[in-house]
Formats: sequence, C-alpha cells, structure tokens
Amino acid sequence: MDQPIWITFIVAFVIMNVLLISMAYATWFERKVLAAFQDRRGPTRTGWHGLGQPLADAVKLLGKEDLIPAGADKIVFRFAPVIVFVTAILSAAVIPFGGTIELFGREINLYITDLNVGALFILAVGSAGVYGIILGAWSSANRYSLLGGLRSAAQVVSYEIVLGLSLVGIFILTGSLSLKSIMERQAETISLGPIDLPNWFILSQPLAFILFIVAAVAETNRVPFDLPEAETELVAGFHTEYSGFRFSLYFLGEYINMIVVSLFASTLFLGGPNGPGSDTYWGLGLVWLFLKALIFMFFYVWLRATIPRFRFDQLMGVAWKVLLPLTLANILVTGFIRLIANGEVF
Amino acid sequence: MHIYGENWVVVMFMVAAAFGMGMLLLTLNQIMAPTKPTKVKSEPYESGMPGVSPAKARFTPRFYVIAMLFVVFDIEAVFIFPWAVNFDSLGLFGYVSMVIFMILLLDGYIYAWKKGALEWV
Repeated sequence: MDQPIWITFIVAFVIMNVLLISMAYATWFERKVLAAFQDRRGPTRTGWHGLGQPLADAVKLLGKEDLIPAGADKIVFRFAPVIVFVTAILSAAVIPFGGTIELFGREINLYITDLNVGALFILAVGSAGVYGIILGAWSSANRYSLLGGLRSAAQVVSYEIVLGLSLVGIFILTGSLSLKSIMERQAETISLGPIDLPNWFILSQPLAFILFIVAAVAETNRVPFDLPEAETELVAGFHTEYSGFRFSLYFLGEYINMIVVSLFASTLFLGGPNGPGSDTYWGLGLVWLFLKALIFMFFYVWLRATIPRFRFDQLMGVAWKVLLPLTLANILVTGFIRLIANGEVF
Repeated sequence: MHIYGENWVVVMFMVAAAFGMGMLLLTLNQIMAPTKPTKVKSEPYESGMPGVSPAKARFTPRFYVIAMLFVVFDIEAVFIFPWAVNFDSLGLFGYVSMVIFMILLLDGYIYAWKKGALEWV
C-alpha cells in the first residue's frame, strides 16, 4: 500500500517514542516481576504500584554528573554510547506491527519500511551495536572495561552465526527475507485432519525457535549470558567508567534491544500480529503482538531470576560445539523435507 | 510497493531521528547535571586502589581465533541466505550443491575442533 513519505516519517517518529516509553516500562516490569520471584514488592513509592518509577529514574540520571576518566580517548568515549542507542532503535524500522489500519480517514501502514532484506537488516544492525560496546570499553582506559568489551565482541560474533543460521529454515519455507511476507505467510492455516492450526513457524521450526531464543538472549547480553557486564568479576564490565546519561544510553540500548528481539521473535515464530479476530477488529493485531512480545520479556526476567551465569569457556563451548552443529542440521533437514513436499525426491 | 530507494530514505530518517534523540538527551544531561571534575574523580576505577600499570592492557589471542572462525562461518551465511530464499527454484540441484558446500566447511570446522581452537583455556 503506497502512502506519502511524510506519513511514514510520522509513523517512524511515533514508533520511536513508543519504543522509548515501553523501554522505560520494561525496566518497571522487570523490577516488579523480579521482586515477585524473590518474594519482595519492588518499587511501590512513586505513584500507583510504583508506576512513576521509570520517570523518576530518568530525571535522576539526567541530573548526574557526566564523568570522563583522565586516560580516556575523549571523542570515542563520548560517541560510543550513541552508537548502541541508534542501532537499537534502528532495528525496529523493519518490524511489521500489522498490515494497514484506518486512522483519520487514511489507510496507514503499521510498519516503517518493508525492506526486502528485513531479517538480514535486523541481524546486521543488531551486531553493529557491538561496535558501541567495544569502542566504549576500549576508550575508557580501564582494565575491567576492556575485558568486558572483548568478551562482548567474542560472544556476539559467536552467537551471531547461530542467530542468523537458525532463521534459514524460515527463509526456505517462505522464500523471502522480508518480515512482512513472513508475517503474512503465518496468517494462513494448516489443516491436520480435523484440527486447523495457524501456520506459525514455531510449529514447523521448533528446533530453530529454541536455537533462536538462546542466541537472542546471548546477543542482548542478558543473564545467563551477561559475561560482558558480569558484576561479580568485572565491576560493571564495558560501562564501568560511564556515568550520567551516557551510562543511560547503554542501558536504553540494552532494553530497547530486548524489546526489539521480543518483537522480532514474535514476528518470526508466533505469527506477529496474527491472532483470533485480528483481521476483523480494529487494532486487535497490535494487542496480540504486544501480548506475544510480553511473553518473551517475561521469559527474559524469568531467566534472570532463575539461572546463574555461565563461565566464559562454557559460553563459547555452547555456541561452537552444541548450537552450531544443531543449526546446520536444522537447515539440511528442513531443506530435505521441503524437497519431498515439492515432489523433487521420491 | 514503494520504489526501492524510498525504503532506505526512511531508514536514514530513523538514523537521524535516533541520533538527534540521543544528542538531545545528552544535552539535557549537560544542562541539568553539575560539572565539578577533580583529580580523584577522573581516575580510572580500580576498586579504590591507585592503578599500577597502563590500563590499555594486552589480551589473549583466543579472541583472535574466534574472530577467524567467525569470518569463515559468516561467509557461509552469506551463501546460505540467498540459497534459502531461492530454495524452490533451485530444487534438488541446489540442495545437493549446498550439502557439498557444507561438508567442505564442516571439514575445516572439525579440523579446528581437533586442533583445540574451540577449547577456551
């Protein structure tokens, strides 16, 4: 559906701000859920059930002094957090939040852009974010930071391969890298005898789903793969020297990445905005997408509350010795089944 | 459908908007926060001890081996992605070619594994 480019700009700006607000409430959600896991109450003082907490945090961080260590490479140190922030937001550009919706008498596309290489774009931009981490770590001139940054680089490049290759099964089944086509493909239903099932790729690619989730948690540097900022051994890892809002930009980047990965996973494996009644009722698709993404956000917090951190050699071992062979096997098996379904063999 | 270039104009707009937003927040921080740097404050963090040697330390070549392996498999991904998109039109011939390509790569992978490149000690 074609629309004037200025509408797309407005949609992009709105989605960017929605991301920032949902990031703020993702921190609130994490603290509340984590508190429930640990039999605490979490933030309660600022507003109803602590709902004002993210705002209070933001104002507090804006008022904190921005320290730059004496030995630091000043220009790189100042710029590195911005890279993390920009790449995190940029990866949301290809997420389809739905098809088109009617608003103010206009048909409006619920996605910023439908790149024909959408999935690849997210993978590329997501791993570009590691530049921000390693540059910030290196420019801090602090040993803890440098170690954290190196770990992050090694971890991201290792899990990057698993993340990318685990999606190949979906690309074989859809024949497209565009997230919108992948989403539309999952609106179809498959019939198994009397039961009708949605054509969600979690059903046809269960192994890929598990591999993708593991790799995605590692890519976002979250527990149990949070070695780059392992506070028990590296103080705060790559952002040890950061304070004030430069620290917050790293923090924003991490949480926005979590949200984008949740949306990405919902789009790829859980049908995105498709759900009962999403075609007939106005805006219901957005609710479905939100609920699906919330499952992944909850999963992130659940992991953090339950699983201890990996050792670094275990972390690299899992990626290279377990996940990588499994991903390659998944590609070959998916391809083979597809060949049979197309009637090319037997 | 959009014309091809317009999609990327929007992407560039996102880059500019996100950059602007980041800069706005940092500027707000500059305005609202106090700036009183002292010598002690600007020392690198070292658990309260004065640093003993230059902080830009050397690091283990393990990281370098991982980077090499990454390049190999990333190039594999570059070949696999277009193959996956065109899977149906390439058919059996494409599938067999990809199996052979993967066997060649796995060859090197097993070699690296046996050589101990994947052991992190």
